[in-house]
This record gives sequence, structure tokens and C-alpha cells, in this order.
Amino acid sequence: MVQPYFHSVTLETENCKGCTICIKRCPTEAIRVRSGKARILELRCIDCGECIRICPNHAKRAIADDFSLLSKFKYTVALPAPSFYAQFSGPDMSISKILQGLLQLGFNAVFEVAEAAEYVSLAIRRYIESSSIRPLISSACPAIVRLIQVRFPDLIEHLVPVHAPVDIAARLAKEMVMRKLGLRREEIGAFFITPCPAKVTSVKQPIGFEDSWVDGAIPITSVYARMLNVLPYINETEGLQQASSVGVRWGRATGEENAVGVPRHLAVDGIQSVIEVLEEIEVGKFNDIDFIECQACRGGCVGGPLTVQNAFQAWVNIEELTKNLPAEIVPEIEQEVEKRWEDGFYSLEAKIEPRSILKLDDDLSRAIEKMELLEKTLESLPGLDCGSCGSPSCQALAEDIVRGLASEGDCVFVLRDGVQSLAEELLELARQVPSSISNQGAADKGLSEEETEK
Amino acid sequence: MPDVKDVGALMSVTYDVAARDFVRAGEAASKLKRLLQQLGLDPAVIRRAAIAAYEAEMNIVIHSYGGQIKVDITPESIEMICEDSGPGIPDIEKALQEGYSTATEEIREMGFGAGMGLPNIQRSADQFRIESTVGEGTCLQVTILHEAGE
Repeated sequence: MVQPYFHSVTLETENCKGCTICIKRCPTEAIRVRSGKARILELRCIDCGECIRICPNHAKRAIADDFSLLSKFKYTVALPAPSFYAQFSGPDMSISKILQGLLQLGFNAVFEVAEAAEYVSLAIRRYIESSSIRPLISSACPAIVRLIQVRFPDLIEHLVPVHAPVDIAARLAKEMVMRKLGLRREEIGAFFITPCPAKVTSVKQPIGFEDSWVDGAIPITSVYARMLNVLPYINETEGLQQASSVGVRWGRATGEENAVGVPRHLAVDGIQSVIEVLEEIEVGKFNDIDFIECQACRGGCVGGPLTVQNAFQAWVNIEELTKNLPAEIVPEIEQEVEKRWEDGFYSLEAKIEPRSILKLDDDLSRAIEKMELLEKTLESLPGLDCGSCGSPSCQALAEDIVRGLASEGDCVFVLRDGVQSLAEELLELARQVPSSISNQGAADKGLSEEETEK
Repeated sequence: MPDVKDVGALMSVTYDVAARDFVRAGEAASKLKRLLQQLGLDPAVIRRAAIAAYEAEMNIVIHSYGGQIKVDITPESIEMICEDSGPGIPDIEKALQEGYSTATEEIREMGFGAGMGLPNIQRSADQFRIESTVGEGTCLQVTILHEAGE
């Protein structure tokens, strides 16, 4: 049986007014407006959360986990994203204080995803050195991995098949707890404090491996208010903080590329910019670059849809919080990565599969027939991309028509032309009153007055 | 020019490419790529076709007075004929060497003309033919098989 695809991003039907703002902003054209409500096309949605950000009526929402899940485990570990730190600022703020705050919210332990990011940075470097493919693209942002699966399947081989920091964090944390406290894996719950819905989806259905070590993803937005309640009362800031500034800076764009530290690298943030770069890579450009960090959100994870702080403020907060941290990854981590690299500890276990959304038919000849129909249909559409039909563009409407998901009458302009010619036809018909009852009717038929008299 | 129209093309498309138009440069390759994706061809095949079409398109933009890329999709392959009118290539062998370029300084400053165009096309193709007449123009014939290995 095919498992239903889980999506974090969902529609709040009641709030949706059926406007067409979201359909235009969706990078995979995954939204249609039908019967006055937005519908998310499951196969196309990559859970990037652009629609959550743009919807003026808050009709898009991320389904995620909450604190009630903690009670299901004997022992719980919080895995705060580096972008979580960036939500907090102030003269007395420190990462240790934030971590202490998480313990007060009910977690038994914390493990910094920023620390795992340091292991992952070195693992990525290791992979880049072993591969001849250029440019290699980071797989850390799950929205980008899914974007590549659906829109750029030919670039899958460019993705670095290394686990994301949160997955390594969960595994390292659980291994440590199992070792120290003698607990079994399933007794320990590891919870990611997440800036984005894409990560929520990844926890539920990982790409490139079967079984996630992360048990839940709690949005930063749900943790933030609770943190504000406890932070003012935290004085002692014993050394909970472990990660260096190299790991913490993964929370914002350029953090990862700098941490990986291969000779030629660049960072792209904002999903539209990423799409532009991926299109260039598809035609063979950027092949002199070793590594590209791609982030769906502007500013990187600090710009995630489930964060609270303004992304620019958060960027500065990271700067402040990392000012006095060591700026180097410690040699122990390097040795550790070296030790477990060969065992495949950091590598994705399964291939990342393409999920192409553009294909019109499985059969080539049928696809060509549909393609020709599509071209013809497109010619009859006005090309204004107004979105009134509920599809994001005329091209998308033509595709929807060919796929049987829409009809030409959905286009208001085609409809108007149709109504106009129908009205003209009606008028014409109205004029054609049978000659038996009207002189005009007879005259129209070319019968002269005399002839009619006869 | 060899005619491949009759080998059983399922679909044919032609893209016009204007000389020196750097605003639209790349659009033909981009349209072709989307078309091939809609037809559901293998991602690796699409990739090679997109690279070949892009490089051919850039060559027409940079070096010629304008031309066309005609694409036939047959059950076995993608056949591309990239034809331009222009100065032609005096020494084809040299032009096929990596790094050899006749592009002007101005073009190089724009990040083009690295002398990788033809070699990249050749590398992407399963069959590759080039004919050029100095003072008249150049014609490339590129075949990419659906079922090709490397």
C-alpha cells in the first residue's frame, strides 16, 4: 500500500478567502483555488512554508508536535536549532542560559544541533574531497532537497548524501544517554526545536534513510512564549554550551559554507534565488564551484516560517551570541568524524529518489499527444497569468486542463468571449423570427415585399 | 544538411536564437528542458540535452548572426540540429579543444567564451557532427539516446 504523504503545511479552510495570493508564490505551483478555497496538491508540495509566510488571512498552518509528546518517553532530550538561539537577545543573554531554559521547560537534557553541525561540516568536507561531481549542493535544507526531487530531478546526484545536523544530533544524544543511563533507544525522546515546517515533515518521513532518530519537531513559535516565562529567573549559567561559533552560525546563511570550508564555495538563500542557481547548474554552469549551500528561506534558518524574531534581528543576535565563543572546531570532533566516516555513520543510507511533477504521462507517445494539446490550449489563453482561474499561470492552467483537472471555461477571458459570442448568437437568433409571423424575418431571407404578397 | 525529419519524429520543435541577445540567451535551452520534463524523459538524458542545447544556443548568440535549434524527439533519441548563419569555423579541430576560444575580451568579461562550449556539447552527445563553411555558417547535429549509458 502506498503510504499517504504527510505534509506539515496544511490549509485552515475556514480562514481561506479564496484569494489567489498563495498560488503565485508557491515555488512548485502546488496550490490551486477551487470552489473558493485554496487546495494544496500533495505530490507537489515541498513544505517550504512560503504560503504560510505570504497568506494575509493566516489560512496556512504548520502541523507540528507539541509538549504533550514528552510524556510518552522516560527521558527527553531537546535538540535546539542554532536559529532558536537567535530568537533571544539582551546584555545577559547567553547560549548556556537558553539551554538552561529548555531544561526548565521539562526536558531532561539538551544536545546542541550546532554541535552536530560541526561533525556534519567535516563529514561534508570529507565527501566533497571524495567526489568528482561539481558543484555539490548541500542537503541540509529539506525544502531544497524536495525542490530538487520535484523540479530538478537531474540534479539529485549533486546533493551531498550526508545526514542533516539534527539527525546526527539525535543519534549522538541518544547514544550518549543509552550509554550513561542504560536506557533503551525507544525510551528516549529526542525533540527538535524547529524553525520550519520542512523539518517537521522530514522527521515524519525522512529522505534518504528509513527511521529517524528524532521523535518530534516542536516549532520555535510554540517554545518561545514559554521561554520568556523562565528566562528572567535563570541566573546560573554553568557550562551547558558546547558548540563553537562555527556550528552556531549554521543558523544563518553562509554559516554552513564557511564551516565546510572547501576552497570554492558559495551560499544562496531565498527559494527563488535558489531556483535561479539550480537552473544555471542544470545547463552546466557553476561547475568550477565545489560546494553550494542552498537555503529556502532568506537569511537561512533564522528566516524560517516558524521563527518569531525578524530575520535581520536574528542575524545580529547570532553575531552577538557567538562573539566570545571559540572560532574553531575542536580536534576531538575531527578525530570522531574520521573514526565513524568509514562506517557510514554520516552518510544517507538510501538513494534520494526523483519525484518529478512535470511529466504529463508515463507513455512517451501519450505525453507527446498531451503536449501538443497543451500547446494548442495555451494559445487560446490570454497569457496574462492573472490567476483568476485558480491556477498560478496560463501555462499551469493549460497543464491542468490537459491533466483533466480544469476546463477552458475556468479562464474568465475565455468565458467572457464565450458569453459574448453566445450573446451575439442569441441576438442573431432573435432576429430570425420565422417569416410566417414577421415581415422582417421574410426580408432577411431575401423575399421581397411583392413575393411575400403573392 | 542532413534531414532527420523522416526518421519517425514523434514531435518537432524549433527555437529561434537571436545573435548578441544576452537578455534572452538561455531561453531556448530552458524551454526545451521543460518540454523534455513534461514528456517524462530520464533526468540524466534531460540534463545532457539541456547542456548541449544551452551551449549551442550560447554559441549562436556569441559567434553568429543568428540561427535556429531544431529538436526532433524520436522513440529512440533526441535529435538536435543547431544551425546558424555567420562567420563559420575555420579550424574545427581546434574549436573542439577544451579552452580554445575565439570570443572577444568583452564576451569573456561577461563570463562566457571559456572555450568549453563545443567540448561540452560533444561530451553530452551520443553522436555529434559538425559542419562549417567559412563565411556562411555552422551546423551541429547532436544525438542523445534515451537509453544511453555514460
